Amino acid sequence: MPFKLIFLWTDILIFLLLASVVLFALYARRHEHLRVPWRQVRRRPLAMSALVVLSLYVTVGLLDSIHLQRRLEGATAGQAHYATNIESLLDVVCSPLRERIEKSYSAPLAMYAFSREVVPRADGRMSFEYPRLRFGGAQLRDPSERGTDIARRIGFGLLLAIVTFVLLASGVVLSIARRHNDSVARAVARLARGDIETPWRAILATTGILLSLGCVALSLAGGYHILGTDQVGQDVFYNSLKSVRTGLVIGTLTTLVMLPFALAFGVMAGYFRGWVDDVIQYLYTTLSSIPAVLLIAAAILSLQVYIATHEESFATIAERADLRLLFLCLILGVTSWTSLCRLLRGETLKLRQMDYVQAATALGVGHIQIMGRHIAPNVMHIVLITVVLDFSSLVLAEAVLSYVGVGVDPSMNSWGNMINGARLEMAREPIVWWSLTAAFTFMFGLVLAANLFADAVRDAFDPRLRT
Amino acid sequence: MIAYIVRRALYAIPILIGVNLLTFALFFFVNTPDDMARLHLGVKRVTPEAIASWKADHDYDKPLLWNSQAAGLDKVSDTIFFRHSLKLFVFDFGRADDGRDISYDVSNRMWASLAIALPTLLVGVLINITVAMMLAFLRGSYLDTWGMVICVMMMSVSLLFYIIAGQYLFSKLLHLVPISGYAPGFAAAKFVILPVVIGTIGGIGAGTRLYRTFFLEEMGKDYVRTARAKGLSEVRVLFRHVLKNAMIPILTGVVVVIPLLFIGSLVMESFFGIPGLGSYTIDAIQHQDFGIVRAMVFLGSVLYIVGLILTDISYTVVDPRIRLQ
Amino acid sequence: MRSTLLKVEDLRTWFNTPEGIVRAVDGVSFEIARGETLALLGESGCGKSVCALSLLQLVPQPTGRIVDGRVLLDGEDLLRLSEQQMRKRRGRRMAMIFQEPQTSLNPVLTIGAQVREALAHGSERGDTRRQAVELLDAVGIADPERRYHEYAHQLSGGMKQRAMIAMALAARPDLLIADEPTTALDVTIQAQILELLRELQQKTGMAILLITHDLGVVASMADQVAVMYAGQIVEIATRRALFSEPLHPYTKKLFRSMPAASKRGQALDVIAGSVPSLRQTFRGCRFAERCDYVWELCREREPAWHAPTGHGVRCHLYDSTSAGRDVDDRSAASGAMSTPFAGGEQTLLQVSGLKVHFPIHRGVLRRVVGYVKAVDGISLAIRSGQTLALVGESGCGKTTVGKGILQLVYPSAGSVMFDGHELTRLPASQVRRLRRQFQFVFQDPYSALDPRMLVAESLEEGLRALGIGGSRDARQARIDALLAQVGLPTEAKGRYPHEFSGGQRQRINIARALAVEPKLIICDEPTSALDVSVQAQILNLLRQLQDTLGLAYLFITHNLSVVAYLAHEVAVMYLGRIVESGRAEEVLENPKHPYTRALLAAVPRIESGSKRRVIRLEGDIPSPSSPPAGCHFHPRCPEAMPVCRQDYPGSTHFSSTHQACCYLYPPRAS
Repeated sequence: MPFKLIFLWTDILIFLLLASVVLFALYARRHEHLRVPWRQVRRRPLAMSALVVLSLYVTVGLLDSIHLQRRLEGATAGQAHYATNIESLLDVVCSPLRERIEKSYSAPLAMYAFSREVVPRADGRMSFEYPRLRFGGAQLRDPSERGTDIARRIGFGLLLAIVTFVLLASGVVLSIARRHNDSVARAVARLARGDIETPWRAILATTGILLSLGCVALSLAGGYHILGTDQVGQDVFYNSLKSVRTGLVIGTLTTLVMLPFALAFGVMAGYFRGWVDDVIQYLYTTLSSIPAVLLIAAAILSLQVYIATHEESFATIAERADLRLLFLCLILGVTSWTSLCRLLRGETLKLRQMDYVQAATALGVGHIQIMGRHIAPNVMHIVLITVVLDFSSLVLAEAVLSYVGVGVDPSMNSWGNMINGARLEMAREPIVWWSLTAAFTFMFGLVLAANLFADAVRDAFDPRLRT
Repeated sequence: MIAYIVRRALYAIPILIGVNLLTFALFFFVNTPDDMARLHLGVKRVTPEAIASWKADHDYDKPLLWNSQAAGLDKVSDTIFFRHSLKLFVFDFGRADDGRDISYDVSNRMWASLAIALPTLLVGVLINITVAMMLAFLRGSYLDTWGMVICVMMMSVSLLFYIIAGQYLFSKLLHLVPISGYAPGFAAAKFVILPVVIGTIGGIGAGTRLYRTFFLEEMGKDYVRTARAKGLSEVRVLFRHVLKNAMIPILTGVVVVIPLLFIGSLVMESFFGIPGLGSYTIDAIQHQDFGIVRAMVFLGSVLYIVGLILTDISYTVVDPRIRLQ
Repeated sequence: MRSTLLKVEDLRTWFNTPEGIVRAVDGVSFEIARGETLALLGESGCGKSVCALSLLQLVPQPTGRIVDGRVLLDGEDLLRLSEQQMRKRRGRRMAMIFQEPQTSLNPVLTIGAQVREALAHGSERGDTRRQAVELLDAVGIADPERRYHEYAHQLSGGMKQRAMIAMALAARPDLLIADEPTTALDVTIQAQILELLRELQQKTGMAILLITHDLGVVASMADQVAVMYAGQIVEIATRRALFSEPLHPYTKKLFRSMPAASKRGQALDVIAGSVPSLRQTFRGCRFAERCDYVWELCREREPAWHAPTGHGVRCHLYDSTSAGRDVDDRSAASGAMSTPFAGGEQTLLQVSGLKVHFPIHRGVLRRVVGYVKAVDGISLAIRSGQTLALVGESGCGKTTVGKGILQLVYPSAGSVMFDGHELTRLPASQVRRLRRQFQFVFQDPYSALDPRMLVAESLEEGLRALGIGGSRDARQARIDALLAQVGLPTEAKGRYPHEFSGGQRQRINIARALAVEPKLIICDEPTSALDVSVQAQILNLLRQLQDTLGLAYLFITHNLSVVAYLAHEVAVMYLGRIVESGRAEEVLENPKHPYTRALLAAVPRIESGSKRRVIRLEGDIPSPSSPPAGCHFHPRCPEAMPVCRQDYPGSTHFSSTHQACCYLYPPRAS
């Protein structure tokens, strides 16, 4: 094999999470109390559009979670040597973007660098001017062709998008027609009217927009840095894509690691009451009394010291950064399980008074079974709502923490780090706006989609809030 | 009532001890004083003597929990735990790495924090209540639907964006207010306005949505139907009946954070150069000054617990059904 | 003839739900004369409350809308008024009181403020505070000056309903709409409130539209009765005419399904099935599916309204073309039942001196400063195959007795001997093993089944937990048998509880209890959440199971007509103690304790004209945390003597089985 797969800690957890999501989906299909609310979510156009956007982010994140090391050429037989740097599948896909590194800042779609330099001219004299970029627009002999070149590329991208979209849409139309035993024309009409249970109209519209954006970006990225470059000349578009995984990991793994504790402790405290309740309440009151940022800061500082004193135990920078990311998730989890635990305790206190729990006791059912079969399934909707609602705030929190200096490793791509780096350039004239804008836009897209989706989930699962 | 408060205050003691043990474990077991010294001195110039003298300078040259060499009570008191953790209970925070008295800094800086945080909270709550009530009144209409969409969009934007965009727009382009800085007394006003505006805008999305659900929940209750059956107008029902009930969760949610306002906001203060406790903490984190972080953790916990007690008291004020026992 | 005040014509109120349109009120017409009481009688879900809300145009928006009809108040069509104008009619011309006084009052405003609010906009300006206090006084709230400043939670349930009435009366309305005004209240309190409404009606001459499901309430209050079924009115008549000669098959059945002492030993008449969903569009008669007289026409064409003599009915039986069809009682034949199970002489359960006290903690150290004496030393015995009814009002501790016996709450003192085992002293593991012998059926059929579990899983749970029922297949076979036993189809196994109606759920609950083959079932108000017609089904089922399986029941209830129908023995409970007990006929026909007498007197009777002594109890049930000294009942007792205030009375035996605790009778040994 020309490469070997590397499993970082967070990769393993991500795929574990993916597996559990799939398992949960299978479980939900068989249980009506879960299927019905999900069907309700599926009927909401806004939620489904959000889901399309989310799945795009998730695809990027998953591509970025399959890590490998390339085998180096010229290895002796029987013994392979591998490159020291770890790449992800996304890196491989985006290698043109990754490898075309400029000297420093350049604006989106620019051909010239952002700042002037002393450049030797053909006649031997030195001049102080904006140098051409090494890669951005390098294919053009004549700088004045840039406009037409860009237009041509956009046109090509749109064409590609339209072709793909038509293929996709006709597939959907055909399947609708078959399902409802309708003619194709009638199916198109139904689709256009939005007269189908699943809001395909909204899904297709969102897909269409994303496709056009994606294809245009793809076609432009062949010749330009579409979102410019940062201080060290790296492509901002590439950085933004790489940051997707960080955002997703923080948003999902954090809740995943805290979930078992919150569930077990919350249910136990509410069910057993008495001293168990006292101990658990003490535990979470203590933890939640520490301001979250300070607890995270304290823990991350400790970790930093640990890493600084144990540098030898990390083979690569990626591994070190990964450990820090995992630790950040853990500590964020510690600060956020308390509120879920409190909610679950309250709900369990209510549930244990329910007649069906009393009936189970009267039938001689044991404590563990009652908690597992009666209480846990009946608090699951709270868990689910919390998980989806927490996701977006965690993604936003990452940026703030990175700014404070207790976020992910500075070597890791993240929107927080992008913002933090670009912020220092705010004072420049003209302003370097593209890094910031890219980071904020990508983050906004993810968080907005997550919020819209979470809303639908909450409405479907929380009977109290139905209006 | 008094008995209840006394009991809650007593209950705070084990919690604060827990907080102390936790930070102590984080700062002294996971990172021994030797590690800290190495970190501060830089990896290059570490000699055992340098470490020893750094530790002596910062009062870390003692056993952690038990000093077997000392006599009498000093066995307990001449330890790092006693000198650095237990003293927090009397609000003696010790000295920072640069030798300044932490307690003095804290008492000086908290007013600047409060100058930003308190108006942000009050203005924010007022605006959120107004908007939420309007949306609840118009529930089901287009205005309500679009209002909610805008709220979701606003809460999907990072606070950092609001700050950076606000600074760029109001200070750099329009030159309305200074970009950052602070002055004591009334001169603070021009520095305070922008952070307050930005903080408020940043909180509108989430706040309005939350308060709207409070209002809608109350509006579905039976007593609202009774009020309507009496022939009261919808506006009167909203202001006289619904608002008063919805204020219970709103107020108690606000009261719990009031004590924490002293600590200020890390991000706001550091962006706007406000010399409050938030920027103090962020500087400490960046300089890895453990003494200050420890002090702030303790202070934060105390204020949080005070907030919880105040919340319980505020329940009795706004809700006639609740009497503390 | 009094002049017509309100005339409703063809009112239709529909709701838009995601699952389709619900036609809650579908063509309702009636009239109310000034000063008259019209009772709108119907089971839950028949649209009677929506009908009332429609009159005031308070139907929940935006899902509900009035699609058609006219509501003429003194000739003025209310449905044509603007919201602004309608607001001036609400409260002033028509006022309303609701079923749940608990939630219908604003918790954070004082009672006085809420009454004043109703005054201020209605009547002429003036000293509204004084008027509010007078109103509170007029509705019989003691110490109105103090109550004026109190909040809803400081008032008892009956008091809250009085405050609601005060509010409704503030602007002297011409019509009072009372939506199940006493359903949430105890029998003795219900009697007080009904009496108050009657008095106020006489004084003010207002008309009352009384919405209720309770035939007893109708009998004691109504001048005219309109019977509602599935969104329509099926019969309207004067009370006398309706009770003496009901015309519609539904009304007839309703009367016959009422449990009463006279029906002991026979099965109750039941209306098969349950109320149809209002989501469908009906083609024929809405009652056709459940009717004994049904023939083809009923399913094809909607019956017309016949009102030959002022007694209106909507049924094909009274079509001119149907003349000659048999209108007589059809179902009496089904009434016979096997001979009642005689009951063994062997005592199955012997409870003596049972106490369940819940500590009250106060102060800095959470010291125990007192106890809520929910159950304070009760003794009772149940013989196998017999039914003991434990009767009492809410809060008297009767449910806690049941849970104490089952060790679902732990008794503070006393002994529970079950079939030779002292349950209070056994370790938890042994109690668990014994659990298959005694089971519980809960009051609320909705909360008693785990909504996340299939019916089969719920039924199997006990079998698995107690390790009985053999293999998986054997257990499944047993579940099938159980479902058949309680009258449910086998397909019910694979469905979730929410797919069943209240009555069906109660059957599932009974099946779950039966699954482990108990000897004793404690039934905690198993029918009080159900409609009358469904109640009869469940009572029949319980009786039949007792006959075939020889079960013993501890039947906890507040409903004395159920007791009269079902119980072999009765124990009457007041504030944690049993005040009177004995064989059912002894206690019900010859009650000794003043409380028992008052309870019996407070039950509204259907048999009109029967001469009863009216005993009205004043005041409310005191709190079990601070029961009155001496006899707990003395503050409310019409026959209280000085000695009653000092010590709790000992028991007097009137026969070997009948005893009561009261100073009216000299202590006598049996």
